[in-house]
Amino acid sequence: MSDTSKIEIRALRKSFGTNEVLKNINLDVAKGGVVALIGPSGSGKSTLLRCVNLLVAPDGGSVRVGETRFSFGEGARLPDVKTLARFRATTGMVFQHFNLFPHMTALQNVMEGPVTVRRMARADAEKLARAQLAKVGLAEKADQYPATLSGGQKQRVAIARALAMEPDVMLFDEATSALDPELVGEVLNVIQQLASEGMTMVIVTHEIAFAREVADRLIFMRDGIVVEEGPARQVIDNPKEAATRAFLSHFHRTGALAPANAAS
Amino acid sequence: MYQWDFGILWSYRWLFLNGLGVTVGFTVVIVVLGLVFGLLGAFGTLSRFKAVRLIALTFIEAFRCTPILVQLIWFYYALPILAGVEMTPITASALALSLYGGSFYSEIIRGGIISIDRGQSEAGAALGMTPGQAMRRIVLPQAIKRMIPALMNQSIIQFKNTSLVSVLAVPDLVYQSQVAAHDSYRPLETYTAVAVAYAAILIPLTILVRRGEKRLAVGE
Repeated sequence: MSDTSKIEIRALRKSFGTNEVLKNINLDVAKGGVVALIGPSGSGKSTLLRCVNLLVAPDGGSVRVGETRFSFGEGARLPDVKTLARFRATTGMVFQHFNLFPHMTALQNVMEGPVTVRRMARADAEKLARAQLAKVGLAEKADQYPATLSGGQKQRVAIARALAMEPDVMLFDEATSALDPELVGEVLNVIQQLASEGMTMVIVTHEIAFAREVADRLIFMRDGIVVEEGPARQVIDNPKEAATRAFLSHFHRTGALAPANAAS
Repeated sequence: MYQWDFGILWSYRWLFLNGLGVTVGFTVVIVVLGLVFGLLGAFGTLSRFKAVRLIALTFIEAFRCTPILVQLIWFYYALPILAGVEMTPITASALALSLYGGSFYSEIIRGGIISIDRGQSEAGAALGMTPGQAMRRIVLPQAIKRMIPALMNQSIIQFKNTSLVSVLAVPDLVYQSQVAAHDSYRPLETYTAVAVAYAAILIPLTILVRRGEKRLAVGE
């Protein structure tokens, strides 16, 4: 694709044992672009997302984020832990189950990356962390521990924690799938706000209506391959492939938002 | 009917105090050393390298699955011949007890570490932490909290295990009480007093541990 692409994935392959979960995946995300990854459970979309920041090491192909490219497969050595850590510091990730650090307050959670990884002075890190918490609407929860927060609040702290690293791209791994339905909106609002600020994002989601609203491109995956790809509205409103139509019909039948059978 | 006379023990008070000092000091040494061995063993069994895992596991099982009394005697009589180094009874027994304790500690520490959800170290990694940073900042602080009651229990057992060093003539509380018993011909009083001394130290400690367990359970 063009020179402006922020994320470029080529010929990506990954197997777990004999189970090939990613088969020759190509993906480009433009700078400031928002790509939604949808597909049934086991389609490989979460694995693909985890390959972008190399939480999962691919078996073949290449991954580039910004200026940093890694190649995998025959003859390619896996990057060492320091290189990997430096690389991941430039990509933010938000997990389905929040993975907040329970032994730290919300503020400490958000400060942890800047202090430990970026070696920022505590006072500066605290200022940055408070700003990020304010941005997700949780300034007044700074001194609370995760156990006392609701699911939606936890996920917003997790987003603030990722943003405090001032990443180039943000990766969302089913960020709303573990939330009670009434708490989904507050998290989606934050993601939408990030999109409008021009953050480059890859979003694995079951929220089809949200993907249609926020993503500019949509990728439908099944069985480890990209079945259909295109502008989000076009793919959702007029899917070309039968598999995409079949998948989306689950959502259309029960209204725009994810029904119970979409839970992963 | 046996005529109890605990008053006779008073004249041996310095002997007992001396022995108690050795027992307590010895416990501190073997708990600290044992924790060091335990930490090494735990990280060894969690290593990425198979050879390291194998060595760590072999050591741990060797010390967990043989009686401590046999280890004490082996370290004093057999190891010096095999390794060609002379060891004082104190060195031999400190080493044996530390390694024995360490093998149990390492299982506790390993269990604590792997009980922490993988998502925690993943979240650390996603922030750009190295595995070492994630271990120190994220996993260990949570794991230690869970380990503390079990580590305390094991340390209490270690305190009692020091009584075995008397077989190598280390002058601990039991050894000194043997001296007193032979001297006074009052073994019943002597050993009863020794048992009470151990209990008097350990009962408050076990109460502390139980309180700690409850407090930690609330924090979870």
